[in-house]
Amino acid sequence: MNTLSSSVQRTTSADSGPFDGRRQGNIIPLLQEAQEKFGYISEEHIDKVAHATGVSASVVYGVATFYSQFRLRAPGKHMIRVCEGTACHVLGAGDVLEALKMHLGIDVGGTTADGRFSLESVRCLGCCSLAPAMVIDDETYGRVTPNKIGKILETYRKEGNE
Amino acid sequence: MSAIREIRVGLATCGIAAGADRVLSALKASLSSSGTDVPIRRVGCVGMCYNEPLVDVVTDDGVVTYGNLDEKGARRIIDEHVLGGEPVDALRVDSDDFLSRQVRIVLENCGIIDPESLDDYRERGGYDGLNRVLKDMSRQDVIDMITEAGLRGRGGGGFPTGLKWSLAEREAGPEKYVICNADEGDPGAFMDRSVLEGDPHRVLEGMAIAGYAIGATHGIIYVRAEYPLAIARLKRAIADASGAGLLGDRILGSDFSFGIKIKAGAGAFVCGEETALIASIEGRRGMPRRRPPYPSESGVWGRPTCINNVETLANVPWITRHGAEAFSAYGMGKSRGTKVFALAGRIRHSGLIEVPMGMTIREIVYDIGGGILDDRPLKAVQMGGPSGGCIPEALADTPVDYEELKTTGAIVGSGGMIVLDDSSCMVDIARFFLDFTQKESCGKCTFCRIGTKRMLEMLTRICSGEGVPEDLETLVTLGEKVKANSLCGLGQTAPNPVLTTAKYFRDEYMAHLVDGACPAKVCKPLLRYEIDPETCRDCKLCVKGCPTGAISQGDGAYQTIDPDVCVQCGRCHQVCPFGAIAVETGKVKAQ
Repeated sequence: MNTLSSSVQRTTSADSGPFDGRRQGNIIPLLQEAQEKFGYISEEHIDKVAHATGVSASVVYGVATFYSQFRLRAPGKHMIRVCEGTACHVLGAGDVLEALKMHLGIDVGGTTADGRFSLESVRCLGCCSLAPAMVIDDETYGRVTPNKIGKILETYRKEGNE
Repeated sequence: MSAIREIRVGLATCGIAAGADRVLSALKASLSSSGTDVPIRRVGCVGMCYNEPLVDVVTDDGVVTYGNLDEKGARRIIDEHVLGGEPVDALRVDSDDFLSRQVRIVLENCGIIDPESLDDYRERGGYDGLNRVLKDMSRQDVIDMITEAGLRGRGGGGFPTGLKWSLAEREAGPEKYVICNADEGDPGAFMDRSVLEGDPHRVLEGMAIAGYAIGATHGIIYVRAEYPLAIARLKRAIADASGAGLLGDRILGSDFSFGIKIKAGAGAFVCGEETALIASIEGRRGMPRRRPPYPSESGVWGRPTCINNVETLANVPWITRHGAEAFSAYGMGKSRGTKVFALAGRIRHSGLIEVPMGMTIREIVYDIGGGILDDRPLKAVQMGGPSGGCIPEALADTPVDYEELKTTGAIVGSGGMIVLDDSSCMVDIARFFLDFTQKESCGKCTFCRIGTKRMLEMLTRICSGEGVPEDLETLVTLGEKVKANSLCGLGQTAPNPVLTTAKYFRDEYMAHLVDGACPAKVCKPLLRYEIDPETCRDCKLCVKGCPTGAISQGDGAYQTIDPDVCVQCGRCHQVCPFGAIAVETGKVKAQ
């Protein structure tokens, strides 16, 4: 948490002009920083951000739950994000998502019991010409079909056993 | 042999997703092992996403474009073209059809310059417009110029930009804000991302000119957090421009000072709405509020604020360099200039295009887009994403014009253009967009919060074959009420995809409701899978693939599907190597 506190100080002091001197404006950047560093936002982070920005924890909690970017639970080791943008939808993203759910035995928003995979759906990855697309961690998979899912997941399962 | 000047590699998000990073490494490795020195320029997206990864070899005689590359292709380009002097014909892609009918104003530099190089931008006339404005023009002159050009809001609203600026200019106060709205949330739209990734200085210059015109000293770019590459390039551009005296105190020796900061959004579609965006910048839940007061009177931190979309601002430097007349020479009626579209869906050339206002949808789909995949028939074009509507093939000759498109029930929108063919179910499309808006509703207005939920339930029911014929009228009535009783653009436009499909594709709704059939064979609960005994080779792949054990050996040497156990997942259809499994829809006819 030391890293977060120092960034709180840095943000508030660097933006001391009229522009960002309003401390509440730092709630979202601080939550983003916490999630970037720790993978999710814990109760402790919410308290710290509230303290740093001069509002109650309930206000920070309200902000954290409003925006879809913020996770309040720790994610799995590999994050699978399936694009559900319009182009992907039209070209079969629904089938891809169903196949992933079946292979992993979890629903969207869930994490496998072994903590290896989390499954999320996102609105648009912005690579519509590769539709249907999905991203595992930072690797993009284009023109995915349900038949390819097993093989793709296998590479991540193997890697973990090494 | 013509001399090689440089090699350009497209490195926007779409290119990287397709493997452009690996192509770049292979090019570099090949070059260095051959000991040849040819400059490699990393550029943004030229728009031909369907051919990514793309590489341009620029010679004295012109540009040779290569597409769909991998590492092997990259090595061939170096060996055969750069070193051998012979273009690799097998890897070339033809860009003429795609590019020749486009007019590039916003995208004039995308795919040509290095987005991380200020020099590249300035070589192409960058910041000349700002220089001219600061030296020769009054605030009013600038506003008049934008008004005469006829520039309108490209985020979808179409509000005249000159008028918006003059409203903010009129307000008193030492502290005013220019906000660049880069919260591009429509699924299937990536116009703003491509501009920010491919030509970030253009947006900064547009903001500075807007700041000068309205008398603002602060600029904020509110950009989606899902665009990390755009954010990185913007940061770099702001630092470089500030270092060169193009942003900051007393810009270019004038009395005008203007600084720009970035605020990353956090994933809320409603924040594209002006007042919700302001709430988000101020660190609150992104919920819209009543207007007036308008942001031009009371915006960020209660200060006068002018909010323009990325594409709108990206037009401004071009207009200041070439004049209002040159800009308004393009277009028709009250829609002047060009519009950028993200073309996707069931189309051959999916990618980013910029066309003069007034071009018809059919011209875009066939002349630029190359037509429909597998030569299937065009069914409809969805424009404007969750706020827009579906334009049927019969109206495909409608020009891209704010007023003309409105008469169809759709909108120009921010630029998403999804092409649909006979394999797309219009009820499913309506359900898809409503599912989106229902989840993204902030919950403030009752009709938007609960009305969209009820509409979604009805659509889901229809797609499951459980709808009743009255559902269609109820959907339309409720849709009109949601439009009339919502505070912001999200609720006011959320029913559009439903209303336009109900208007133009009534038969398809009735097929679901009365016949229990999905003519496009998309809605799974309305489908039946049947194995053709003639074609089945008894390989049993379907048996292995079936998750419910619905498939078993029949009387002969083929498999049969038990309809009572089948859950219509379609896996058997996907795995069958012989195409022996047919998909049927509608009620089973009496034997």
